[in-house]
Amino acid sequence: MTTAAAMPTGSTVASVSSTAVPSGPTVTVEESARLHRRHRNRTNVRSVVFHVLALALVVVILYPAVWMLVSAFKPTADIVGNVSLIPKDASFDNFAKALQGIGGVSFWRFFTNSLILALGSVIGITLSCSVSAYAFARIEFPGRNVFFALMIGTLLLPFHVVIIPQYIVFSRLHLVDTYVPLLIGKFLAAEAFFVFLMVQFMRNLPRELDEAARIDGAGHVRIFRSIMLPLMKPALVTSSIFAFIWSWNDFFGPLIYLSKPNLYSLPVALRLFVDQTTTSDYGAQMAMAVLALVPVLLFFLIFQRYLVEGVATQGLKG
Amino acid sequence: MTLIAEAPVGTRPRPRPSDVRRRRQRAETRAGYAFLAPWLIGFVVLTAGPMLTSLYLSFTNYNLFAPPKWIGLDNFRLLFKDPNYLQAWKVTGTYVIFGTPLKLAAALGVAMLLNTAHRGKGFYRSSFYAPSLIGASVSIAIVWKAMFIDHGIVDRIQVFFGFPEGGWVGDPSRTMPMLIMLTIWQFGAPMVIFLAGLKQIPNELYEAASVDGAGPGRKFLKITLPMLSPVIFFNLLLETIHAFQVFASAFIISNGTGGPARSTLFYTLYLYFRGFQDFRMGYASAMAWVLVVVVGILTLIFFRSSKFWVHYSGEGK
Repeated sequence: MTTAAAMPTGSTVASVSSTAVPSGPTVTVEESARLHRRHRNRTNVRSVVFHVLALALVVVILYPAVWMLVSAFKPTADIVGNVSLIPKDASFDNFAKALQGIGGVSFWRFFTNSLILALGSVIGITLSCSVSAYAFARIEFPGRNVFFALMIGTLLLPFHVVIIPQYIVFSRLHLVDTYVPLLIGKFLAAEAFFVFLMVQFMRNLPRELDEAARIDGAGHVRIFRSIMLPLMKPALVTSSIFAFIWSWNDFFGPLIYLSKPNLYSLPVALRLFVDQTTTSDYGAQMAMAVLALVPVLLFFLIFQRYLVEGVATQGLKG
Repeated sequence: MTLIAEAPVGTRPRPRPSDVRRRRQRAETRAGYAFLAPWLIGFVVLTAGPMLTSLYLSFTNYNLFAPPKWIGLDNFRLLFKDPNYLQAWKVTGTYVIFGTPLKLAAALGVAMLLNTAHRGKGFYRSSFYAPSLIGASVSIAIVWKAMFIDHGIVDRIQVFFGFPEGGWVGDPSRTMPMLIMLTIWQFGAPMVIFLAGLKQIPNELYEAASVDGAGPGRKFLKITLPMLSPVIFFNLLLETIHAFQVFASAFIISNGTGGPARSTLFYTLYLYFRGFQDFRMGYASAMAWVLVVVVGILTLIFFRSSKFWVHYSGEGK
């Protein structure tokens, strides 16, 4: 709109200055080219401003993470208060110390524990949530809407109110210091976020597919297994990634249910490590913090599109 | 009358259509509950059951070893006389009231910046999203602490700009700003949701507003905000509820103490101390239920007030 408004004034100025040139049409061509260039310049300036702003923000936002990564390679004396991101004498000493583990339990033990918990979560969540989501999205039965509302309600419920009785029951059943309390919820679709995500995804799949299958005599089990599951792959991938990362980062659950160090997952081990090393050994702490985040960062680098889009759809359908 | 009386006689050999439908409906119901079983069992065993149990426990004295002793409303009475409990509310409330709006403002601001058509949008979006994935982890809490301690890099930077020297970790008046900065740092997740919302706003609206001579400020107030209000509502609700439940960062930064001077004694932290260190399960259950009631009332207020500020345009629900 602005370019169109500028046109008349621009052309009069041009025609005044170029009275010597006999032919009219050439002026307008030049003129339009000039306007075009001006427009392009303006968008170029805008684009430069945008990128400068956005890049500056990226630097600020990613600084803590990069600083952690770099610090892991620095001697402790060089970490605290050193803003620089270029290590003077990089070494793997901190990592060597971190990999030794704590109290006779090696780092790889914690890593394996975290991996067992995370993979268990992924399996449990993809199985239980997809099945439950199918009931919500594709089967009509009395009570469905009430249950759906309850499911959404649990999405908003503070976990505090269930954690104490759960702990009491699990300790009565002698399941403290096992992974059962940490995994059972994943196998019982207790994480409403994933059920919700899958319901939304399934509702967007064309109904004609399962109607056609029904006419051919397929039951719900067949429809679920041979039609829904294959089509749900993107939702399953997104859920798996989130399930993995959330389990990997979980601190509260392992903190209350695990008391034996050889069962510890990485976050609890990391906390113990920070507690036990003398407060000044930031080098080793950084190294272990980095090692604890490696799988999450890998997942992020590989699956960032799935993650970002998973978050986006979840928000819009809410 | 005769017609009605005759009709069933003629159709008796064949199953009536309503019978078929009813049988099919029953099969559907059975299938529905079978598929819903994992969630249903989980809901009863892990949510509804425990909720009722903790409601009961909140009226008792229970330490896990002796049977629970009914004490009526004593836990609740004690709660509101417990200075630590009131402090936990103060800390958590401050965090929610300042952290959530600031985080969402950052998310909306950056989303609007990214919504302008430019190359590299995907890269920026991912970079800004990354902290949301790792921000609540123990690793980042350790890093945050290392950045804000005495003579740490934040201390260096503030001295460089002429501010007095001093770390934030040991200063009760500055642990809260430090934790709020940590939550703002994780603005990426709501930002991604805002971006998706911004993309849905038809461009014609802005063009029409431009023709009418509206500036960027008016366009933001009269188009962007109303059109985005369902997404703002969603983000505000979820982020507020999450903010009440913060734990790992405060636990790590305060070394599992809620200090210095109880300045990081978040609700969840205090509940952990009472419930899982002192094993005062009744008291902790009472705490949990007060939180549920408060969060419930807040949610209700959000939903009630949404009639006045959340606009749902034609197509959407």
